[in-house]
Amino acid sequence: MAIMMRRALLVLALSGLLQAPMAAAQQFITVASTTSTEQSGLFKHLLPVFEKKTGTQVRVVALGTGQALDMGRRGDADVVFVHDKVAEQKFVADGFGVQRFEVMYNDFVLVGPKADPAKIAGGKNITDAYRKIAAAAAPFASRGDKSGTHAAELRLWKSAGIDPQTGKGSWYRETGSGMGPTLNTASAMNAYSFTDRGTWLSFRNRGDLVIVVEGDEQLFNQYGVMLVNPAKHPHVKKDLGQAFVDWVISAEGQKVIADYKIGADQLFFPNAGR
Amino acid sequence: MNSLVEAFGAAWRLIAGFDDELAQVVGLSLQVSLTAVVIATLIGLPIGAMIAVERFRGRQTLIVLLNALMGLPPVVVGLVVYLLLSRAGPLGSLGILFTPTAMVIAQTVLITPIIAALSRQIIEDAWREYDEQLRSLGAQRLNAAMTLIWDTRFSLLTIVLAGFGRAAAEVGAVMIVGGNIAGVTRVMTTTIALETSKGDLPLALGLGIVLITLVIVLNALAAVIREMALRRYG
Repeated sequence: MAIMMRRALLVLALSGLLQAPMAAAQQFITVASTTSTEQSGLFKHLLPVFEKKTGTQVRVVALGTGQALDMGRRGDADVVFVHDKVAEQKFVADGFGVQRFEVMYNDFVLVGPKADPAKIAGGKNITDAYRKIAAAAAPFASRGDKSGTHAAELRLWKSAGIDPQTGKGSWYRETGSGMGPTLNTASAMNAYSFTDRGTWLSFRNRGDLVIVVEGDEQLFNQYGVMLVNPAKHPHVKKDLGQAFVDWVISAEGQKVIADYKIGADQLFFPNAGR
Repeated sequence: MNSLVEAFGAAWRLIAGFDDELAQVVGLSLQVSLTAVVIATLIGLPIGAMIAVERFRGRQTLIVLLNALMGLPPVVVGLVVYLLLSRAGPLGSLGILFTPTAMVIAQTVLITPIIAALSRQIIEDAWREYDEQLRSLGAQRLNAAMTLIWDTRFSLLTIVLAGFGRAAAEVGAVMIVGGNIAGVTRVMTTTIALETSKGDLPLALGLGIVLITLVIVLNALAAVIREMALRRYG
């Protein structure tokens, strides 16, 4: 009986093992992207349209921008779709990407507890708000994970003239994790946090958090897409990957992006080729 | 408290409205972890049995090492397998990163030491008990090992179940080597991690309840099989 069961299990397991390569028979590309595009639900809306049109399956690995670019550098992705312009330009300049195309933007918002200990709610100036948070030593939850959002947050601290590291261990708290986990932390600690609007809109565990600062031009968040350089990594699916890049920045792809809404809110604003 | 109630509601809705997406995630979880546990048993059991019945230099060191490896952190295993399978790594040309095969490899690495170390212990205990008897029958060590494996098969089944439990519950390694790609490498645990990230705690916990239920059902099945076998073979 035990032997029979083991045999049955073995057959089951081996057939399972054989299935893996068979499933790969459909053509696919691997896209390294960010948690904000995945968790906001954009890809779930965008990719089926492309897959239906081309028959190419798009496999998204959602990481922080820093990690996603690193995946491209190692040759583990065909396309990189991220949001840290400076890092992306360096990625292309170093020869890891072919050419960077701007795709769309969304914006960042500052969320915080309704009690608003730093008295910044309704403000339009993000650097002002940062200075007040630091002055009040109000809890602030940072990604601390070298993601695109983290990089943007750090640039804003810099232009506010504040080194948040001085508050490390007291009011400035680095979670070292993705946007969602960081918002979970902020919600539990009633801390301020810097997030992209898309993740915030689709985030459910808000607790007492609300948007406190939005609409500042400095909160503009540009996304770029690029093919990983086949000259560096010959196995990169050049044609399929480029077809995806071309489609995302095409009139059709741009329209699908503009159509994505949560409730009445449009999340991403296409701006390719502008 | 409220969110716990919500979680059970979510779990119930998930099970009641068992949809294709959930079926696929559950199916892949089972496929990956069962494959891993079978391979780990095929590798780990002979190693455990061999160490149990053989006497050689460095045996004690090997046992200590094997026992320590039971505590391998999944994240570290995931990272090592990732670096090996990455295009920039030594096995990159295989192109199996971000596939279920990569996840099977990571879980196999994770649970082989568990199966080897625990089966070593059980077989060695049985060996002490039957040592003289087997020797007087003139059994070779290989035959002795086979006999002992057969004699202790029910205890060994528990080890296999423990290995399966560890594999199915693990998230750190499969997240890194699988990439949590929707419809391709997304399993129960990585889905739970993703829903937690989205702040949908009831859904995450609901999925957790489904996972635990699944593990209980599998263990109950194993218990039934064991019971039937015991009745037949005494």
